[in-house]
Amino acid sequence: MITDQGLVLACSAIGAGIAMIAGIGPGIGQGIAAGYGASAVGRNPGARGSIMSTMLLGQAVAETTGLYGFAVAIILLFANPLLGRL
Amino acid sequence: MGTERFAGEISIGVNGVLRYKLFGQEVFLTTTHIGMTLITLTLLIAALLVNRAVRRADWRKQPGRFLNGAEMLVEAVDRFTLGNMGTEHGGAFANYIGTLFLFLMLSNMAGVFGLRSPTADYGVTLALGLLTFFLIHYNGIRYQKAKHVTKLFRPFFLAPIQIIGEIAVPLSLSLRLFGNVLSGTVLIALVYGLLPRVLLLVLPAFLHAYLDVFSGAVQTYVFCMLTMVFVAQTFDRRDETL
Repeated sequence: MITDQGLVLACSAIGAGIAMIAGIGPGIGQGIAAGYGASAVGRNPGARGSIMSTMLLGQAVAETTGLYGFAVAIILLFANPLLGRL
Repeated sequence: MGTERFAGEISIGVNGVLRYKLFGQEVFLTTTHIGMTLITLTLLIAALLVNRAVRRADWRKQPGRFLNGAEMLVEAVDRFTLGNMGTEHGGAFANYIGTLFLFLMLSNMAGVFGLRSPTADYGVTLALGLLTFFLIHYNGIRYQKAKHVTKLFRPFFLAPIQIIGEIAVPLSLSLRLFGNVLSGTVLIALVYGLLPRVLLLVLPAFLHAYLDVFSGAVQTYVFCMLTMVFVAQTFDRRDETL
C-alpha cells in the first residue's frame, strides 16, 4: 500500500535525479572552453594569464545552468513544496 | 533551507543554534550568523594588526615580512581592479572589491575550519548579488544619466526581455555562488556520512582541498570579476582603457 505522501516523496526523488541531468550541458561547455583555452595557450604561451582568466570566467558562466538544475534538485529533496499540496 | 537532519548526525542545511523572540517573531541564531561573525572578527583583527604595522613602519628601515605581505595583497587587489575597470574610475572600487574578495575567500573556505560556509546560505549570497545590482544601476545613472534607462527601450519591442535580463543579473550571480558552495558542502557532508571511520582520516582532505579551497577560490574570483565587468559596463564609453 503506497500512501499519498510516499508517492510524492518517491516521485520527488526521481525528479531530483532527472533535474541533475542538467549537469551534462555545463560539463560539455566547460570541456569545450578548456580545450580552446589549452589550444590558445599552445599558440600563444605569453598570454597564459589572460587566457586563463577569460577561460575561468566563461566556464563559471556556463556552469550557471547546471546550478539551476542543482537548486531544483535540492529544493525537491530538502524543502519539498509538493508535500504541502497534499 | 530547512533544518532537516540527514543520515544520523550529518546535516547539510542551515541549523538553528539558539532560539529567541524578536517583536513576537520566533527567530533563530543560525550557523550562518556564527560563521559570519567569526569571519568578520578575523578580518577586523587582521585589519587592526595591519593598521598597527603600517603606523609603526619606519621608512628608513626594511619593512618586515608581515607588512610586505599586506602591501603585496593591497597592490594585487589594486592591479586587479584597475586592470578590469580602467584607471579612470577603477580606483574608487578597489576598496569594495578587496573587501568582497577577502570576505568571500574566507567564507568559501570556512569548511576547512569546521564551520558551515556562510555563502551556502542563500540569504548571504542574495544580499551580495543585490549589492552588485545597486552598484550597477547607481553607477549607470551617475555616468550615463537618462541614457541608462532609455537604452533598455532601444528596440522598443525587446524591452521586456531587456528588463528581465537586468533583473536576472543579481539572481544568476547569487545562485552561482550559492550553488557552487552548497554543492561542495553537500558532497562533503555525504562523504562524511557514508564512509567508515578509518577512511575519514584520509579521503576528505582531498575533497576539502578541491571543493573548499580550489572551487572556493575560483568562485571568489568569478564573483569579483563579474561584479567588476558589470559595473565597468556602465562607465562612459569614452574611457578607452576598458
